[in-house]
Amino acid sequence: MGRAVLHRAVAAVILFLVISFLVFSLLALAPGSLETTLLGARPATPELIAAIRAEYHLDDPFLVQYLRWLGGAVQLDFGRSIVSGAPVLAIVSERLLVSVQLAVLALVFAAVLAIPAGMMAAAAKGRARDRMATFTSVLAMSAPPFVVGTLLIYLFGVYWSVLPVYGAGTEGFDRFRHLILPAVSLGLGLGAIIFRQTRAAALDVLDQDFITFARARGLSRTRVAVTYALRNVALPIVASLGLVLIVALPGAVLIEVVFSIPGFGSMMVEAVGAKDVPVVQGLALFSAVYVVAVTILVDMASAAVDPRLRRAEAR
Amino acid sequence: MSIPMDTSTAARSTRWRRSLPPVSVIVAILIAAVFIVVAFFGDLIAPLDPDLQNLLMGATAPSADHLLGTDHLGRDVFSRVIVATGPALAGPFVVALTTVVLGASLGLIAGFRGGRIDTIISRAADLIWSLPGLLVAIVVIGVIQGGIWLTVVVVAFLSIPNAIRQTRSATLSQAGLPYVAAATTLGLSNARVMFRHVLPNVRATVLATGMLDFVNAILIFAALAFLRIGVVPGESNWGLMLAEGQSLIWTNPAVIVAPALAIVAVAASITIIGDWAYDRASAEGER
Repeated sequence: MGRAVLHRAVAAVILFLVISFLVFSLLALAPGSLETTLLGARPATPELIAAIRAEYHLDDPFLVQYLRWLGGAVQLDFGRSIVSGAPVLAIVSERLLVSVQLAVLALVFAAVLAIPAGMMAAAAKGRARDRMATFTSVLAMSAPPFVVGTLLIYLFGVYWSVLPVYGAGTEGFDRFRHLILPAVSLGLGLGAIIFRQTRAAALDVLDQDFITFARARGLSRTRVAVTYALRNVALPIVASLGLVLIVALPGAVLIEVVFSIPGFGSMMVEAVGAKDVPVVQGLALFSAVYVVAVTILVDMASAAVDPRLRRAEAR
Repeated sequence: MSIPMDTSTAARSTRWRRSLPPVSVIVAILIAAVFIVVAFFGDLIAPLDPDLQNLLMGATAPSADHLLGTDHLGRDVFSRVIVATGPALAGPFVVALTTVVLGASLGLIAGFRGGRIDTIISRAADLIWSLPGLLVAIVVIGVIQGGIWLTVVVVAFLSIPNAIRQTRSATLSQAGLPYVAAATTLGLSNARVMFRHVLPNVRATVLATGMLDFVNAILIFAALAFLRIGVVPGESNWGLMLAEGQSLIWTNPAVIVAPALAIVAVAASITIIGDWAYDRASAEGER
């Protein structure tokens, strides 16, 4: 276990370094010279250009610039926005809360719907219920979140006018009401992934002898499904949660744009549109940390769920 | 003597039944076929010029003249949805083709050769696979402000790992079989064994993976267009129509509903075909 964790940690650090280097290179990849990118909409006077060159140390070699930027980023200093001049960290943290709320709601919706549905579909393999559920999951996977979101806006916002479709509301219950449609739009696609993983895993488990034996002893279907099968299905579900949490990130970007929610994702799109490279870099690096953290957490959760993995040696 | 005859007809009839796809797959194939025809001949099928504006008319609800109404510039929505089919499928098709060729080759090599080459290819594939693809595409294509070709390159790069992983595991299940050892014993080169002997046995997996990559690429292209990344303003494009039509939801909802349904229909039908092909491929692998 100890070696496996160390192995993972080293891999995570390497992954983070590779991504951070690519993220820093974004500035150089943007069309036009570095100065024009960093100037943004400000007038290009010689003094201002000189000030920019000094502020961003553009006369240093690329690698030195990268290390200086990385040193700042590790201390949560991502520089300043070109557009507003505010520190990137302040802007990001201001808009993070609503994104986290959205993600949690979407995930709860997806898991509550998909895990029982997946167990049910596996138990009724090949029958009408299973085929309906599987077909629905294909539809949910094929419908990108922004399409689902747009259709839900039309149905619930325009056609029936029962739920708010714009913005994130204030706080408490109003916030919750505003996040229902976005969370459902985002959760459907995530739920489809969880459903397919649960169904596949449950199909494997339900074929096992101990399930047949438990049924033969006269235990009820529900009891067998919940106490015997679900424990064994938990591992693939936890593993699929990692994929879901990572897919949720770009999904949230689209959903926040559709519903005009002032969160992390819509900010990413605004920053890309405004060519605000320092903000894009900060957001991208933040996403990288999130992805690496999710991967590690899923490994740890897998070990917690399945005692067999705890004894497995480092791969 | 009649017994062998009976078994042979029985075998043939089960094989026939196995090869006949379920109804949902047949429907999916028909839908996909319609989209492919429309993609090739969209310009001929479209009843009106998709770019012809009529600012005096503006957005109108569906009518006899305009089956799906008009958008904010008075352009015919039905024609625009049809004309957008080709571009919506062409880029993703190039992505899928690139992914299949490069991903299958690398996966074959990784699975067949094993050792250090396998480690390097697999680790690189795992690394790319762990990234949230759409987010990478948004950032890279948005910052570089690239067009369709950059989108193709970036999305292909992000899709290849899946093809590598799938081909590699299919190859691993073949590598231990006697025919591979026999071919190697005959003194055939590694490349010949891989591409002439192993590849035909994993081709179903490769094709099924390619189809799912195709769907994935369609969805990523649409999402990027929806965010107005990598597209030219005003072009006929499902994702862009969805974005531009958001404000018309009260006057002519067809502007957003039609492209939305087109995206879902094409993605769902190809997913169903790909899933079916994949199931068949894995069932054949077990036999």
